[in-house]
Amino acid sequence: MTEFIDFISNNLQMIYIVILMIFVGVEIIGHVPAVLHTPLMSGANAIHGVVIIGAILVMLGAEPDNILALSLGFVAVLLGTLNVVGGFVVTDRMLEMFKKKK
Amino acid sequence: MEYVFSLEFIYLIASVTYILGLKMLGHPETARKGNLIAAAGMTLAIFGTIFLHQGEVSNTIYILIAAAIIIGTIIGWMVAKKVGMTKMPELVSIFNGMGGASAALIGLIEFHHYVGDQLSILTIIAGMIIGSVSFSGSMIAWAKLNGTLNKPIRLPKYNILNNLFLIGILGFGAYIVISGLDSTMFLYILFFAALAYGVLFVLPIGGADMPVVISLLNSFTGLAAAFGGFLYGNMVMLTGGILVGSAGTILTLAMCKAMNRPLSNVIFGAFGEGSAAVAGEGNKVQGNIKEASPSDVAILMNYSNKVIIVPGYGLAVAQAQHIIHELEQLLISKGIDVKYAIHPVAGRMPGHMNVLLAETNVDYDKLVEMEDINPEFKSTDVVFVVGANDVVNPAAHNDPASPIYGMPILDVENAKHIIVNKRSMKPGYAGIENELFYNQKTSMLFGDAKQALTKLVAELKNM
Repeated sequence: MTEFIDFISNNLQMIYIVILMIFVGVEIIGHVPAVLHTPLMSGANAIHGVVIIGAILVMLGAEPDNILALSLGFVAVLLGTLNVVGGFVVTDRMLEMFKKKK
Repeated sequence: MEYVFSLEFIYLIASVTYILGLKMLGHPETARKGNLIAAAGMTLAIFGTIFLHQGEVSNTIYILIAAAIIIGTIIGWMVAKKVGMTKMPELVSIFNGMGGASAALIGLIEFHHYVGDQLSILTIIAGMIIGSVSFSGSMIAWAKLNGTLNKPIRLPKYNILNNLFLIGILGFGAYIVISGLDSTMFLYILFFAALAYGVLFVLPIGGADMPVVISLLNSFTGLAAAFGGFLYGNMVMLTGGILVGSAGTILTLAMCKAMNRPLSNVIFGAFGEGSAAVAGEGNKVQGNIKEASPSDVAILMNYSNKVIIVPGYGLAVAQAQHIIHELEQLLISKGIDVKYAIHPVAGRMPGHMNVLLAETNVDYDKLVEMEDINPEFKSTDVVFVVGANDVVNPAAHNDPASPIYGMPILDVENAKHIIVNKRSMKPGYAGIENELFYNQKTSMLFGDAKQALTKLVAELKNM
């Protein structure tokens, strides 16, 4: 029990963020017309590409002679980039078509 | 200290852009800008992480990172630009898988650095399991949408075996966390087991349910990213990940709601079995079908005041979006009121049909959502159903035994005439008969959507 309380108090800031973000996510999606579900899913897909930050941190922290870590890290950064760039570009392409015509 | 402050500051800005971006994506007018804002925030966060990093890092590592980002950008950009709009769901699935794989790899590398720190190991293991499942699941979803794997594969007691396997994986993961062992072998066993589970998880689910699965896996990847954020105490990963995790879950539920099926039903697939049973029980719809020729339809449309088009995925498969737009323009030039009725699950993803039609320059205002168009059918002369089936099946209203009973549908029956374009009398995705086809007001225009529509447009032009 003390461990649990320690965990809470040591990570209070992050726990706040988790809880608040859950509500923000729910609120944001709540009022979206079905028309935009696909672009929205695609946009959210691009945003979780933020995992690339973790991949970059792995690379920055890796020992220069650890070939395995470096090559896996390289692949992780590459895949993360694909997720981010591909995700945003595809979303933009979809939305480009929704332009209002005069 | 200043540097740390500015990196934290950049992460704060990036987090705000994600929230703002997602919010703006929810409105047609601001959606595109919202996407760009989120993209700008992401770019800022990535460059901030690289250039504001503290501590000695060898040049080789910087070169490797730069190379990975440049290669990824070029490939991602080209693929995203080149792929056709009908393939959009597949593409989203692939990119989602890439993110999952990235999260899993982070776990694989970082495990050794944190042995002994139970909380960190827990986040690493959790992130790795979720990321792996998301990756392999997305690949299977992609193959299913692609048509490579098109049949739901189901062994007896499949769900029980699957769930036991999942419990096994979770138990093994918990064992690794609690025991504090530094075992590369165990780590890789867990990694491959999680990959295998992703495959088994998606394999039994039917192709028509893939959008729901992709949306679910999308929120999984968000969670995996959030675990990474927890591990590094990295706020931007945490906010981005949790935001996508929660928004993705709500989106998944919204999709299920549009089909009137609980999520558990999609995942554990009572659908395939249920509909087979119903078909066997003799849910037979009997009656005569009336067939119409393109010129019959052309005459009917020519003398009507109001036409509503109900597009379905069959339209997209036949690549008939452009010709339907031509039909619409032609009818409008004859002074006829034309609208499109869009069911929330038309196409392969919610909103997919809108994207496909928007691509052919159909006016956004002409695409009307189900709730808004349903009262209008009464005053409509001709409803033209192209490549849609289940979303106009009256069984959803009046046959409690039907697997789609309760699903909101487009009330096309209220119109004066109904024209249905289909290739044949084969049932739709849900595998159920449609009594609408036997309705007295219905005429069937058989044939490939593109060819039938081309003939129809030619006939109309001659009038």
